[in-house]
Amino acid sequence: MSDSGSSLHLAVALDGAGWHPAAWREPGARPTELLTPRYWSDLVIEAERGLLDFVTIDDSLGLQSSSRTESDRRTDQVRGRLDAVLVAARVAPLTSHIGLVPTVVVTHTEPFHIAKAIATLDYVSSGRAGVQVRVSARPDEAAHFGRRTLPRISLDDLSTPQAQELIGDLFAETADYVEAVRRLWDSWEDDAEIRDVATGRFVDRDKLHYVDFEGRWFNVKGPSITPRPPQGQPLVSALAHQSVPYRLVAGSADIGYVTPHDATQVREIVAEIRAGQAAAGRAGETVHILGDLVVFLDDSAPAAEARRARLDDLAGSPYVSDAPVFVGTPAQLADLLQEWHLAGLSGFRLRPGTIPHDLEQITRALVPELQRRQAFRTGYAAGTLRGLLGLTRPANRYAAV
Amino acid sequence: MSRPLKQIHLAAHFPGVNNTTVWSDPQAGSHIEFSSFAHLARTAERAKFDFLFLAEGLRLREQNGLIYDLDVVGRPDTFTVLAALAAVTERLGLAGTINSTFNEPYEVARQFASLDHLSGGRAAWNVVTSWDAFTGENFRRGGFLPQEQRYRRARNFLQTAGELFDSWHGDEIVANQATGDFLGEPDAGAFAHHDPDFDIAGRFNVPRSPQGRPVILQAGDSEEGREFAASSADAIFSRYATLTEGQAFYADVKGRLARYGRTHDELLILPAATFVLGDTDAEARDLAHQVRLQQVSGQTAIKFLEQLWNRDLSGYDPDGPLPEIDPDPGEHTIARGRASVRMYRDPVATARQWRERATAEKLSIRELIIEVTGRQTFTGAPATVADAINDLVQADASDGFILVPHVTPGGLDGFADTVVPLLQERGVFRTEYEGETLRDHLGLGAPRRTGEALRVAS
Repeated sequence: MSDSGSSLHLAVALDGAGWHPAAWREPGARPTELLTPRYWSDLVIEAERGLLDFVTIDDSLGLQSSSRTESDRRTDQVRGRLDAVLVAARVAPLTSHIGLVPTVVVTHTEPFHIAKAIATLDYVSSGRAGVQVRVSARPDEAAHFGRRTLPRISLDDLSTPQAQELIGDLFAETADYVEAVRRLWDSWEDDAEIRDVATGRFVDRDKLHYVDFEGRWFNVKGPSITPRPPQGQPLVSALAHQSVPYRLVAGSADIGYVTPHDATQVREIVAEIRAGQAAAGRAGETVHILGDLVVFLDDSAPAAEARRARLDDLAGSPYVSDAPVFVGTPAQLADLLQEWHLAGLSGFRLRPGTIPHDLEQITRALVPELQRRQAFRTGYAAGTLRGLLGLTRPANRYAAV
Repeated sequence: MSRPLKQIHLAAHFPGVNNTTVWSDPQAGSHIEFSSFAHLARTAERAKFDFLFLAEGLRLREQNGLIYDLDVVGRPDTFTVLAALAAVTERLGLAGTINSTFNEPYEVARQFASLDHLSGGRAAWNVVTSWDAFTGENFRRGGFLPQEQRYRRARNFLQTAGELFDSWHGDEIVANQATGDFLGEPDAGAFAHHDPDFDIAGRFNVPRSPQGRPVILQAGDSEEGREFAASSADAIFSRYATLTEGQAFYADVKGRLARYGRTHDELLILPAATFVLGDTDAEARDLAHQVRLQQVSGQTAIKFLEQLWNRDLSGYDPDGPLPEIDPDPGEHTIARGRASVRMYRDPVATARQWRERATAEKLSIRELIIEVTGRQTFTGAPATVADAINDLVQADASDGFILVPHVTPGGLDGFADTVVPLLQERGVFRTEYEGETLRDHLGLGAPRRTGEALRVAS
């Protein structure tokens, strides 16, 4: 690892009023402002005040739902959201150090459009862009595009051959997508713009490259229309719960978000991803593996438990998540983070149960606690997201050596 | 009794990927860095312009099978830049070209609705149809659509997007923390659209934005384009910035509005225009000539000629006479990804006209190209330019102009400092923004709905 000592990386996942479905009913919540620029800039500025590495901004191509396969008719939860790339761009000029990582759905979008959008996010943020790639297997989201139909798969059917084939295909398409996007980011060499008045040439066309990506799902000719972004390669990240997406992280991503429930699982998942990296020929590359946790934080553990219970009552059912749910004090959370960090995680992406309460618990209580333990930075020492994560600027794959 | 003075609308176009943009000038900055976009946007807002406009490109242009390298090459993503500009401006409209051929309505509608939310109601969409299989090679959809299908797809795309914008009525989010009702309507955002181009249904996931939908701009000049604008656009970009041509276009397009139940002021005519300012008219004319020489170098002149001739003319001397040979007939293959190729319906006849003119006026290739590829729309001292703009608007040759500076990013500064105050003194241009949204600036009322949006019976 190129980053120093025992310092762990810390990100926060932003979505609506927080990850608990009743979060919008908390006293400090701003449920009528979820679609305003002020709301999002306030959250990201708060995260930057806490010196966090980056924020992710969640997104989907369908309306939020309590079902994983279709939209619902519930009226008691937050519905409606904004395009995450645009939200990230909107807050970029208002912040100066924190990384900005919007989610993009790759299943129904164009790699050419996304490559230039994330490259441009890197320009408007002066080198702080990343992206979280997400697969969409929801039939209702496919119906919003009308270009393909996806079968309805329930959680109980995930092990059937048909479901496994579909999942395998969607993730293989995602790997192709990331490869096409990465080639587009490299399709301009850094010094392609020459402005040579003597010859009248604005660019040296020998430093622009066709990417010629040809795959099973799409072809992309290139080059990009947007020059190589400040970081060269913005950071690609993905959430992964099982072996197929672990292979995507190992083969294609710079950051994987994983959901172990104890230190033993941490070691198993990290080992599987590291083995996958080696199999993909990326053993020498840094892939950060961050643990995802939903957090409910208060000064005392009983207070946090009581708050979660109150939210569950409002929601009408106990909150469950794909990620482990931590309920307790910032000091207790710091203990857990350090234990799992030692077990092999680079750091964590915390999903605040409620916003702003749990976000501020992270930035104003957890971070100082980690700093006291000398486990987290006390100031931003790098200007780019790659720099914060201890990653160097990659060479361009097309540049003649 | 004379009618009251018309108020002028002004917008700024970020200099783009074409030879109008002078990159060789010592004052020319980056066409990619955000600071350049922020500078032009702040200048436009300081001058109380209606909006800033960004064009789009989806494939680098080629000529003779090689990437074109004489003009500015490359640009950032439209939506991303506009969203970032929303953070550094407060009132300025934010307009972007987004193509309807290599995008899908659900995605574009949610991007524009998001931009409208994130800018407090300042988004505008220049709807264009696209190009060709050359551009399609960058997209999943690939492929080429014949002109009539491109317009059909564009109409259906806009219709579909309109239904998505209207799928939320604006009152669904109640967010009552006491009762636990976030939505007042369980099927908010429900839509279903079926036509030969789009067969989609579901729930739109961006609630109604401040303007309801973005302002719709349109730029086509064909018969289909004019009808499309008359039926569906809030403003049209035209190429006709002179009195006679402008008045003819203005009368034609405005005359089509009644057929769609629309009134005269529901569609603004905004020609693109360039300008060169000097302390005196004579100084401005000298400067304008220098700019034309920067815009049309010898190499650029040859490349222009090749686009009409549809063949390699690299052996010709730009300071010499035009080629004696005729253009290559048939499919245009020499220049790809650029609009100018389509401007000449009959290349052989155009080439003969050019040769006759060059002979009669003793013009070299470069001089001829400088003559035929246009001149500065407005040249003169600030008072001269202010008068020219005002005269054209009052004479119904346009409702205002989209100004294209030739230098990035400071090319609008002088106009903002000298011409705008004169227009304000004459009482034909705002001194302060009166409303919050771009629709307010343009004097457009609330948007009409595209028919009653679907509400699923519960």
